[in-house]
Amino acid sequence: MAHAYTPGLKVTERQVIQKRRILPLKGEVIVKVGDQVNPSDVVARTHLPGNVVPLNVANKLGVPPEDLEMVMLKKDGDTIKEGEPIAVKKSFIKWFTSSCEATIDGTIESVSHITGQVLQRGEPIPVEVKAYIRGEVTEIIPQEGVVVSSIAAFTQGIFGIGGETFGNILMATPDNSTVLSEDLITPEMKDKVIVGGSLVTAGALRKALDTGVKGIVVGGFSDKDLRDFLGYDIGVAITGSEDTTTTLVVTEGFGQISMAQKTFDLLKKHEGAMACINGATQIRAGVIRPEVVIPLDQSGGVGEVGETEIQGLKIGTPVRVIRHPHFGRIGTVTDLPSPLTALESESKARVLEVEFDGSERAIVPRANVEMIED
Amino acid sequence: MAKFDNPEDIKVIVATDCGSTTTKAILIEFVNGEYRLMERGEAPTTVEAPFEDVTMGVLNAVAELEELSGRKLLDEKGRFISPANGKDGTDVYISTSSAGGGLQMMVAGVVRSMTAESAERAALGAGAIVMDVIASNDKRLPHQQIERIRHLRPDMILLSGGIDGGTTTHVVELAELIAAADPRPRLGSSYQLPIIFAGNKDAVPLVNETLESKVDLKTVDNLRPVLERENLAPAREEIHELFMEHVMAQAPGYKKLMSWADAPIMPTPGAVGLIIQTIADQYGIEAVGVDIGGATTDVFSVFRPGGEAVFNRTVSANLGMSYSISNVFAEATLPMVMRWVPFLMDERDLRNRVKNKMIRPTTIPQSLEELVFEQAIAKEALRLAFVQHKNFATVLKGVQQQRTIADAFEQSSSGSTIVNMMTLDMLIGSGGVLSHAPRRQQSALMMIDAFLPEGITRLAVDSIFMMPQLGVLTEVQPKAATEVFEKDCLIHLGTCIAPKGVSKKGGPVMKYSIELPTGTVSGTLEHLEMKLLPLGVQENGLPMTAKATFEPERNFDVGGGPGNKVEKEIHGGVVGIILDGRGRPFDLSTISETERVKYLTTWMTEMNIYDIEKMKALTGN
Repeated sequence: MAHAYTPGLKVTERQVIQKRRILPLKGEVIVKVGDQVNPSDVVARTHLPGNVVPLNVANKLGVPPEDLEMVMLKKDGDTIKEGEPIAVKKSFIKWFTSSCEATIDGTIESVSHITGQVLQRGEPIPVEVKAYIRGEVTEIIPQEGVVVSSIAAFTQGIFGIGGETFGNILMATPDNSTVLSEDLITPEMKDKVIVGGSLVTAGALRKALDTGVKGIVVGGFSDKDLRDFLGYDIGVAITGSEDTTTTLVVTEGFGQISMAQKTFDLLKKHEGAMACINGATQIRAGVIRPEVVIPLDQSGGVGEVGETEIQGLKIGTPVRVIRHPHFGRIGTVTDLPSPLTALESESKARVLEVEFDGSERAIVPRANVEMIED
Repeated sequence: MAKFDNPEDIKVIVATDCGSTTTKAILIEFVNGEYRLMERGEAPTTVEAPFEDVTMGVLNAVAELEELSGRKLLDEKGRFISPANGKDGTDVYISTSSAGGGLQMMVAGVVRSMTAESAERAALGAGAIVMDVIASNDKRLPHQQIERIRHLRPDMILLSGGIDGGTTTHVVELAELIAAADPRPRLGSSYQLPIIFAGNKDAVPLVNETLESKVDLKTVDNLRPVLERENLAPAREEIHELFMEHVMAQAPGYKKLMSWADAPIMPTPGAVGLIIQTIADQYGIEAVGVDIGGATTDVFSVFRPGGEAVFNRTVSANLGMSYSISNVFAEATLPMVMRWVPFLMDERDLRNRVKNKMIRPTTIPQSLEELVFEQAIAKEALRLAFVQHKNFATVLKGVQQQRTIADAFEQSSSGSTIVNMMTLDMLIGSGGVLSHAPRRQQSALMMIDAFLPEGITRLAVDSIFMMPQLGVLTEVQPKAATEVFEKDCLIHLGTCIAPKGVSKKGGPVMKYSIELPTGTVSGTLEHLEMKLLPLGVQENGLPMTAKATFEPERNFDVGGGPGNKVEKEIHGGVVGIILDGRGRPFDLSTISETERVKYLTTWMTEMNIYDIEKMKALTGN
């Protein structure tokens, strides 16, 4: 069977982060292996085929579709300019001559003698892929993109909104439990990635947006505020394309929950350093979590620092409870009984005993805890 | 079946279902004159990195079967030992799959409510997820439709349009849109996107001309040859063929898996549909099956509006109990969820709890309060999915009906639903929240409250979600499939008797008399009353039966018409006989707040839904 517990979110002091930066269509890679790149550097570019705009020329000119070729001035592949005649129906009387003009700049995609439709293809749309993190290009995937690697401090969030951005870290609250309220947002936070405690209020988020804050990393966020902020309710956890200039990374969950001390300390340690963050979340098979990547001194090269192996739950493992009635509390595993145990809800499940604050103990289903990982 | 000319010779069967997270294997053997489920095993699915070979998960699940059953199924090279020889091997191996996101399709037709809807029905029936329906009249501009086709990257497209001899221009226009979009398949860039054309036969050469060079075009019979009739089978068969040839062949390890299997690998929901149709056909009944998952809810139905069985399947893509739970909450709205909860909860806190379940989908309710709330959400998810199903399972739209003076008072119209809760015989639930509810009574009440069955309806749940494997088994050994379905797959909950009608004043709804094994029980069911009577299951897993007589009041109907007496043999189950006097239509919101809490508590107590003492602590009553 699969693990009966949530593996937990990564909070790492130093590890190799590799990012595949891939174009949506084949194109041109403009960096080479060994190049040092910054987050805003373009690493690959391509052109998406332009939009297609149909035009029913046969209808417009009043000719049967099968006669379309006789009136067409342009053929497949020809370049067109908006307003340029592409078909003319001549008449003996000049006044009755009618024409049909291109509605966009681009090329003729196809002329149909069945439907009388002419498809116009717009100009190609340029697409660029940036490096996103500071690091070294370690692999080229020809015509598709690159892999950028960096030794970095790394922490994952549980939920986020907004896409990739970067800025220097600034601690906005003194500790991991203070609420990040509106009055704590100051003009000097412009272009920064700010770190809050247990909750960011709706007012603070709006003010941060107005101030030009690049990103907020915080313990919790209220669902009601999220809905008010976005103007709609998020039905399924697939985010990242929201129309916001401030990316939000929530590390613990919905509601007021102190940020894990370890996460807070890690971010505090790197105050002033550049953080590359992404709020994109996808909770489905092939899960994507929001993240904070803090590129470190790269000396010693890429690839010398190994990843820590994920270990299973054992006595002494620090865990966070992720469901009521102990939601958000952090403790240590003190027992792992193997038989199924009946819960208050009468469901039978594998459980563990957890000790909070060194004294109080509780029985919790294993499915309702996540390990606090290194 | 090449290996066995006579299905009777098949005595040992191994079947797997490769889901997106778990691969489930079952072992069926012919013992003492009947096919029975012997063991089940499961292992994580291995389609994604780092394994990228589905057969590893299959072998792990089968290894668990071996361990549990003591039957050696695989040889040293990890291949199935076949045919079975004493305690070794299996006669057949079959599989279904929904790994890698299942089969994702786009469909297109000329008129949204006619050919496009028929195409949608064909795709859904074949087990696909329909990503979008493009129609000439879908109110989008052509360039918007092209953009959409380009972005979606489906596994295949089903193009229909025009009855035979009807429009060709509109069909070719759709083909041109598809050609202009130049869609790329989702998996693998090395092959051309398969497109099935199942439209006007006169348009075949024109569609060929437009699309042939750009895509892998297949042509089958028109799925709507005349307005009055659908012919979905050829399109569905082609979808299954292409699913095997293209989609499956691209997924890692599937070529090997296909070479092992003795029957074509089927998309999981397609197989579930097949077993429900088989059961409905075998017993001549009308049935509804529902599978509520974490992300989606599938509803399958077989109804017989004109005597002929009509199968429908719908997928509510964003109604589910974990990944999509927040969407259920948003669509149903808070008051609709909370009407099923007999105690107060803080709205802000509830919203956060729902979102926390969405972002941590594997958690389970630990407290009773959480369980009651989760089951309330499940009722709404099921209700919404069923509303969508009812709107989709309709008589064919666009058909002109000849009406006589006798029809003048009947309000049925073209496109009305064929779902008739009064004639429905059996309701089957599956999915974690129904199959694994701590008490079976909870599953029964969730289904009753969500679907509101009318008259006499049997209730059952799929114990371990074996319906997919049994569905594909119907293609190989139908007898084994139906026997295991009845005896091992289904947990018979019992029968719900719910008189249809409303009573403004309260009072009696019907008289009943049931010959239970312990003696005849008779009495009167009052309005807004629920009663639970014991009638269990036999040792072989099949339900006990009892003769029953129901005499409804004149404004109530249990299937024989308003006020008419009904005598019928009814089936028991692990829950028993549920008499539901709440009337139909039933709307809790019409009851005052204090009355609502009082009635909910009474029903829950009568049905023994939750622990009474714990409920008292929660309700403060």
